[in-house]
Amino acid sequence: MIRYLLKRIAGAVPTLFIIITLTFFLVRAAPGGPFDQEQSLPPEIVANLQAAYGLDQPAWIQYRRYLTALLHGDFGPSYKYKDFTVTGLIAQGLPLSLTLGGVAMALALALGIPAGVFAALHHDSAAGYATMSLAVVGIAVPSFVVLPFLGLIFGIDLHWLPVAGWEPGSVKHLVLPVITLTLPPLAYIARLTRGGMLEVMQSHFVRTAFAKGLPTRTVIWRHALRPALLPVAGYLAPAVATIMTGSLVVESIAGLPGVGRYLVQGALNRDYTLVMGMVIVYSALLISAGLLVDLLYAWLDPRVRLAH
Amino acid sequence: MNASGGRPCGGLWPDAWHRLMSNRGSVLALCAVGCIVFLAIGGPFLNPNRVDALDWSHVAMSPGLNGGHWFGTDRLGRDLFVRTLQGTGVSLLIGLFATAVTLLIGIGYGAVAGFIGGRTDHLMMRGVEILSGLPLIFFVILVSVIFGRSVFLLFVSIGAVGWLTMARIVRGQTLSIRQREFIEAAIATGAGTRRIIARHIVPNVIGPVIVYATLTVPQIILLESFLSFLGLGVQEPRVSLGTLIADGVGDMESAPWLLIMPGGFLALLLLCFNIVGDGLRDALDAQRR
Repeated sequence: MIRYLLKRIAGAVPTLFIIITLTFFLVRAAPGGPFDQEQSLPPEIVANLQAAYGLDQPAWIQYRRYLTALLHGDFGPSYKYKDFTVTGLIAQGLPLSLTLGGVAMALALALGIPAGVFAALHHDSAAGYATMSLAVVGIAVPSFVVLPFLGLIFGIDLHWLPVAGWEPGSVKHLVLPVITLTLPPLAYIARLTRGGMLEVMQSHFVRTAFAKGLPTRTVIWRHALRPALLPVAGYLAPAVATIMTGSLVVESIAGLPGVGRYLVQGALNRDYTLVMGMVIVYSALLISAGLLVDLLYAWLDPRVRLAH
Repeated sequence: MNASGGRPCGGLWPDAWHRLMSNRGSVLALCAVGCIVFLAIGGPFLNPNRVDALDWSHVAMSPGLNGGHWFGTDRLGRDLFVRTLQGTGVSLLIGLFATAVTLLIGIGYGAVAGFIGGRTDHLMMRGVEILSGLPLIFFVILVSVIFGRSVFLLFVSIGAVGWLTMARIVRGQTLSIRQREFIEAAIATGAGTRRIIARHIVPNVIGPVIVYATLTVPQIILLESFLSFLGLGVQEPRVSLGTLIADGVGDMESAPWLLIMPGGFLALLLLCFNIVGDGLRDALDAQRR
């Protein structure tokens, strides 16, 4: 188990390295630089700024420097937010973003699995059909439509919740964003659970369990659910990615001070270090999600071996 | 419309068509997609207003019959009906083109990997695995920030991300087709690898590919409007549903229709494509029933 974990973590290093390298040269290939402004600075000042940040060096020297600093845990200074380091900026925004995403994920699982089981057990009735129709809506309608619509209804018409904005510690500012982030993974999970459940309910061991005279509830929750959740486990890593991209939009619409805005803004401003920092953090999160999924697989289905 | 796409009918296609037509939701969604496509092409001609005409006598007007502004107008007096339909057209075009890119790459890659097999297959699929582990959406964002302002690059970068699943599906299909007698027969008659892949493998994997392509179109429309919403995709003076929604969010309180109309249109479009795709999958996949 521990050996497997170490092996997987070691396997993630090259992936991260590829990502870092690709991003590093991609952002530098862009026309323009971090010190372009609407009123252009005198060339001497730009040259000085570039020298101060080491941007006047050849690309591969910059690359080597960046990697060395990274190995010491240093993401470098932000070029646009003066006096801030990238580490500082991310550390400020990440807790809020992680809370949003974590709550959304937990809700999606807590509601999606029962909804899927329900739909599977009533698959030929109107109720099951309705549940799955709702799921299609949840999958199809994008977050940047859902959140403004929710804001229109609950914020502007009903005045129940704030449309946007943020106060530290305030829960009601997070309600609409969390609902928006939850919907797509919730719908997917419900659908996958239903599919898995329908398949498992036809397998021999479920028939055996029924034949032993076990009550339906026991068969479903104790026997059938675990293998039925395998497709859901496989979806978890894409779900993390879905929530991340969702949070880019949701945070910008709702005006939440998370890290979501840094990626797009950083890229637009050619704030190289900030973009790199964001890509690294997001990639690391995604890779860990993938690792978690593999462990989950083994737990859900003992036939899956962790050996390779 | 012909389900067999003009190819000689076996039992599968008429059967699948029949199953699709007996699924009421799919038929409805298919009709809705048809209507939206028709509106996107012909709609602007139904309305007296032009896309970039500014109607100063009707600024920020709510939907109604006044002045022919059926969906209302924005702050600059531009007609929302015409703009929404044009945005839908742009989104549909990008969806179709980028899906074609994913089809080209995905089918080619998957068929070659599946047919050649062995170590080549192993290496090629390993590559797909590594690529799908990368957070590709960020690369699309970066590419469109960096090389943006070009609809062509938007196609390419979106298509380049979407082909991975397609390649996997095609490879899986190819692996099972490779075992069949007609491939053996083709090899026995001396057909080359390239010919076998192009003439025998590809036409036979088309079923699942169509299903997945139908589901790819809405994904790509979604991605495109997401990028345009962030201001990274389609640029003014072109409109896309994403840019219209972004504008609408800004004026949500004073002019909610600017959000509701394009947002509703996008939601409807994606919903219908998804329903048609699901219906097709159920219709073509005989094993699932």
